This record gives sequence, C-alpha cells and structure tokens, in this order.
Amino acid sequence: MILPDHPAAPRTPIASRPEHSAQSPMSVHSLTVAYGSKPVLWDVEYETPASSLVAIVGPNGAGKSTLLKAVLGLIPVAAGGAVFWGKPLADVRRRVGYVPQRGSVDWDFPVSALEVVTMGRYGMLGWLRPVTRRHVEAARAALDQVGMADFADRQISQLSGGQQQRVFLARALAQEADLYFMDEPFAGVDAATEAAIVDVLRTLRTAGRTVVVVHHDLSTVEDYFDHVMLLNGRIIAAGPIAETFNARNLQRTYGGRLTLLDAVSQALSDVAGQK
Amino acid sequence: MMLAALDSMDWPGLARVATVLALGGGYNTSLVMIGVAVLGFASGIVGTFAVLRKRAMMSDTLSHATLPGIGLAFLAAVALGVEGRSLPVLLAGAGLAGIAGVGAVHVMSRHTRLPEDAAMGAVLSVFFGLGFVLLSYIQTLGTGAEGGIAKFIYGQTAAMSEADAIVIAIVASLVVASVVLLFKEFRLLCFDPDFATAQGWPVGRIDLALMGLVVIVTVIGLQAVGLILVIAMIVIPAAAARFWTEKLARMTIVAGLFGAGSGYVGAALSALMPRFPAGGVIVLVAGAVFLFSLVFAPRRGVLSGFVRHALLSLDIETQHVLRRAYEAGEAARAPGSVAEAVRAVEIDSLSITRSWSPPRRAVVLLSLAARGFVSRRGGEVRLTSDGLDEARRVTRNHRLWEAFLISHADLTPSHVHRSADLVEHVLDPDLVSRLEDELRRGGKLPLTNEPMASAHPC
Repeated sequence: MILPDHPAAPRTPIASRPEHSAQSPMSVHSLTVAYGSKPVLWDVEYETPASSLVAIVGPNGAGKSTLLKAVLGLIPVAAGGAVFWGKPLADVRRRVGYVPQRGSVDWDFPVSALEVVTMGRYGMLGWLRPVTRRHVEAARAALDQVGMADFADRQISQLSGGQQQRVFLARALAQEADLYFMDEPFAGVDAATEAAIVDVLRTLRTAGRTVVVVHHDLSTVEDYFDHVMLLNGRIIAAGPIAETFNARNLQRTYGGRLTLLDAVSQALSDVAGQK
Repeated sequence: MMLAALDSMDWPGLARVATVLALGGGYNTSLVMIGVAVLGFASGIVGTFAVLRKRAMMSDTLSHATLPGIGLAFLAAVALGVEGRSLPVLLAGAGLAGIAGVGAVHVMSRHTRLPEDAAMGAVLSVFFGLGFVLLSYIQTLGTGAEGGIAKFIYGQTAAMSEADAIVIAIVASLVVASVVLLFKEFRLLCFDPDFATAQGWPVGRIDLALMGLVVIVTVIGLQAVGLILVIAMIVIPAAAARFWTEKLARMTIVAGLFGAGSGYVGAALSALMPRFPAGGVIVLVAGAVFLFSLVFAPRRGVLSGFVRHALLSLDIETQHVLRRAYEAGEAARAPGSVAEAVRAVEIDSLSITRSWSPPRRAVVLLSLAARGFVSRRGGEVRLTSDGLDEARRVTRNHRLWEAFLISHADLTPSHVHRSADLVEHVLDPDLVSRLEDELRRGGKLPLTNEPMASAHPC
C-alpha cells in the first residue's frame, strides 16, 4: 500500500467565500467555459463530497472532459472557477492527481512503463532534482497495485490498451494525491483492467480519497460509484446515486436520444428487479 | 560531361583523408573538426527533445527566420560605425530574428484559427524573403561584406577562426549541461504536457527553455552548417537515434554521438574539398547515418520489419496448411482413425497450396519440411507423425479461439496473435476447459494422445 495517511484537511477556508466548505475537496463556482464563442459549460456549481467516488455522466459533447480540464487549469475558463479544500489550485497542486485520456499522448514515446509511473513523483522532486531510488521504488509499488509489476521495463507501445490505462492509473497513484480526476479510464479496456481500476477506486475511497471519474457506461454507474453528476452543458442533477441516478434525470440529461434511453431504462429496471 | 567535370576535380586520396580524420590535417582544420563535433553533439542532444516535442518544423522556421536578423544587424552596426562583419553582432541579430519568427508563429496559431503548419510556412518564407531582399540591398552598398554574410546561408567551416571554435565549444558544452539538468522536466514536457500542467509544472516556461536551447544551437551552428541546413543537425541525429533504442536517455546520448560523428567527419571532408559548401557535406554525412539506421536498425528498421513480416506470414501460412490437412483428413472419413486419414492427405492436392504461386508454395513446403512436419514419399508430400501432432495442436488452438470469440467476444484481450498465442497462455484454465467441453460436445475437439495437462507449460 503506497498511500500515506490521509492528511488533515486545511484549516483556513477562503474568508471571502464562506459558502464553500473548506472540508470539500473541490468546490466549483459559476464555472463557464467557451471554445471560441461557443459555450461548452454554463454556470457549473458543484461541491464534491469527501471520501467518495463520483461519476460524471452525460452524452457526447456534454463537456465532461472539459469540466476536468477547466478545474485543473489545462484550458482557459470564461468565468468562475474551482477551489480545493478552500484553496486555489496553485496551493494544492500536489494533492490533486490527474489521469488523462489514454489517447492524449504518443505511446510510441521512448519510455518504459516504470518511467511513466515515476513521472507521478516529479512534483515531489521539484526542479532539476534527479529521480532517486526511493521514488523509483514508490513507482514500482504503484505499478504493482494495478497488477502491472511484471511490465515495468516494457516500452509503453508494447502494452495493450488496457495495460496502458493501468500505467496511467499507477502514475496518478504514485503521486499520492488526495483528490483524483480520471478522464474515461474505463474506455475500451479489457475485463481485467476494468476490475483492476475498480479495485483501485475502492482502495482509494477506503483511504479517504475522493475520485471524480468521467464515465460513459451507464450500466456500471451504480456498481462503481457513490455519487453521480449528470452533465449536459450544465449540471442536470448531482448527488448520491440512490437519489439522483433515476430515469427522469437521465431523460433530462440525454434528451431525445431514445435508443440510448431505452437501453438505460432497461438497465435500470434490470437492476431494480435484482434488488 | 558530368563525369569529365568530376574527373577534373581535385579529389583527395585515401591516405590524405585518413590523415585529416586522425587530426593530422593541420592545426586549424583539427580545431574546426573538434568545434563542429562538439556542436553536433549539442545539437543532437537538444534535437532529441525538439523531435520528441514535435518541434522539428518549428526549428526549421526558426533557422530560416534568422536571415533578416543577420542583414539588419549588419546594417545597424554599419550605421553605428561598428565593424559590420563582427561575428557576435551578426549572431545576436540572427538569434533575435529567430526568436521573433517563433514568436510570430506562436501568436498566429494561438490567436487565430490558422493551423500551426500554415503559420510556420508563412513566417519561414516571409522572414527568409525579407532576408534575401536585405542581402541584395547590402550588396548594392558595395562594402565588400556580402561574402561574409553569404557564408551564413550555406555554411563555411574554413572561415571559422580558432576563437570561433572555442566559443562554439564552450556554448555547446553549456547547452549539453542544461539538457542534463533539465532532463526530467524535458521528458515530462515531451511525453505528457497536460499531465505536467496538472502537476503544477510551468509547461510554457519549460517549452521556452527548450526552444531557447534550439535557438542557441541554431545560432552557433550558422557559421558551420549554414542557416538552410542547420535544422538537419538538430533533427537528423535525433531521428536516426530513435531507430536504435526505446530508452530516452540512451536515445539522447546516441543522438549526441551521431551528431558529433557527423560534424567531425563532415568538417574533415569539407576541409579536404573546400569547393563544396560545408553545410551540405556535414548534412550528407548525417544523412548517411540516418539512412543506415532507417534500413538496418535491429527492431525499428525497415529491413527488420520486412523480415519480421515475412516470417510471420510464413508462420501463418504453414499453420494454415497444417490445419487444412487436418480438416481434409477429418472430412475424408476413411476407414480407420482420423490420424491415419490426416496422414494420408496429399499436401499438394489441398486447395490452399494450389492457389499459391510456385515460389510461395516452394517456400512454405520447404519451411514445413525443414521443421520435420512433412516429408516426400513416393513423389507426394504428406504429414510426418510430428506434423500430425502439430496439425492437431494448431487445429485445436484455432477452434478454441473460434469458440472463445463466439461466446466471449466482449472479453477479447487486445494484442493477441491468435494463431501464435496458445489459448492457455492468454485465457485462464477454467475458461479453456469450458471451451474444450463445448468443442467436445460438437465432436470438434482434435484428440491428442497425450493428456491435455502436458500442453499447459505453466
């Protein structure tokens, strides 16, 4: 287990924003993002519950990845923003981990799985300092945690898609963050990888961490997550699965996409039947 | 005519080439060779990251954009009454213009919808055009300096003084030291800039540091290689090095060595053949290294890829033959066992072998015979007992995969080479035995003489 003890929540909330709890890992306020003049996200208000697994769900183009990138400062926002434990992101960067979409990098890059995972430790090292043995060992432990210890020295292009996804996950784990953002980690992965990711998510929750996951598979939302955010340009509904993940909210999120909706309500009634 | 022209040239003898390469070509020549080698080392190392950051074209834009800077620096120096041909003045102008060019591309691609490559094309040509106009204007001034400026376009190592070589060596060493210090940051930047940003690294500034090093290498390389071809010293050694290794640290060192070697040999050749522009000669040497790497590199090279593909294709074909022979035996329903029927099948009569061209057929049959799977008896090719075992194994494996794909298509592990990977190596034993049951019920499981467990190596 490479996760350290959960550090105490910071004690100083932002005085000017008393409505945002210092306990909440992330508070998003009035976030609006536009590409060119076309707004993608409108006025998002959200408070992430602590120690929970949150799924962001919504149709294609709903702004799910955009939301992650905006709060992480990877793309410019038109208005609003996010605070983490009541502080600006710049103060708590190292406590925030990120698993980008697998397609976002060149997998033919001359680097091994272990070296990619070691990048998770770079933030702790700081400028110009070389990687030490201690950090390599931590990276190795993270690889082991996702069941990839045997592939440490493989060049990353020689891994399958699912294995590459697990390497990305291990890199985030190696960072030992308190809040994680994962962009479609389950997209196009094999069953073994899916199981490994779910395992890691649960371990993180047990250790008091919060994970926000962009998720596309509606049939697994209830099994994998505690909270859900239904997004389509704006937040349609957000809250605990039991209260929020229902046919009415899904209809409002996915609109007239009937075939998909049919599949969803079928999945929901199946689940209800099982219970 | 061409040949006659080549004949009339004064080609250096081999002995002379060897002498110069062993630093016996005189003090100045040796100094230049070492200077250019150090330059090549630095540009190979910086180039590794420029290439991995996909900044090769940006570097080319940068080097072409230096030309107007050289012209303007000359004019400014003359206007101020300073010696216009002074190297530091001209190089400072070159560096500033290069930075301006890169800045222009950056502003255009960031604030307009213009694609970056179009912005680079526009900046490269406009800056270069401006440079040519300025050079023509300087020629009309009749200061006699135009020759001194033209050397920056094509490169002229012979014009390099001892002081120049020393400055190049010192600056290049500093560049190498910077890369060593920033190795971790550059690796992160080149592999995953978004992750770097999320982790709090100032990606823009690291990028700037990398481009800054490219600017420095370009500027100190202008004199040796010339601004048209200096890009080659940055891109080619790195591109060649990529063929030889999957490790970034190793790639960086190999690129540095390729750059140094090309610079060293190229400078020697250009000293021996002063009628050719140094830039061209040095780049041709680097190009030869690249071509060799492209063709002969053990894993990523064209030749090895070709051989690997041919072997894979041969492997698949032989497996096809074995399976078809097995199936033909099964279908024959001859009196006696399936095994006898399979061994009675004439390989030459199978439709699969008849559809091949004669050379292809010869190669596949030769490969089967070489492994002892077939032998020629009475003018006809039939399976040996080893061949029968192998045919059973191949057929069983193929059918298990097929059964698996039909019933469990959603679980397909990626990167499985179905004919080569034994089902047991990829799927778990429970699943394999379930699949076997399915096949057995349909009477489609090839029977083997040995128990199934022995086919399981782990």
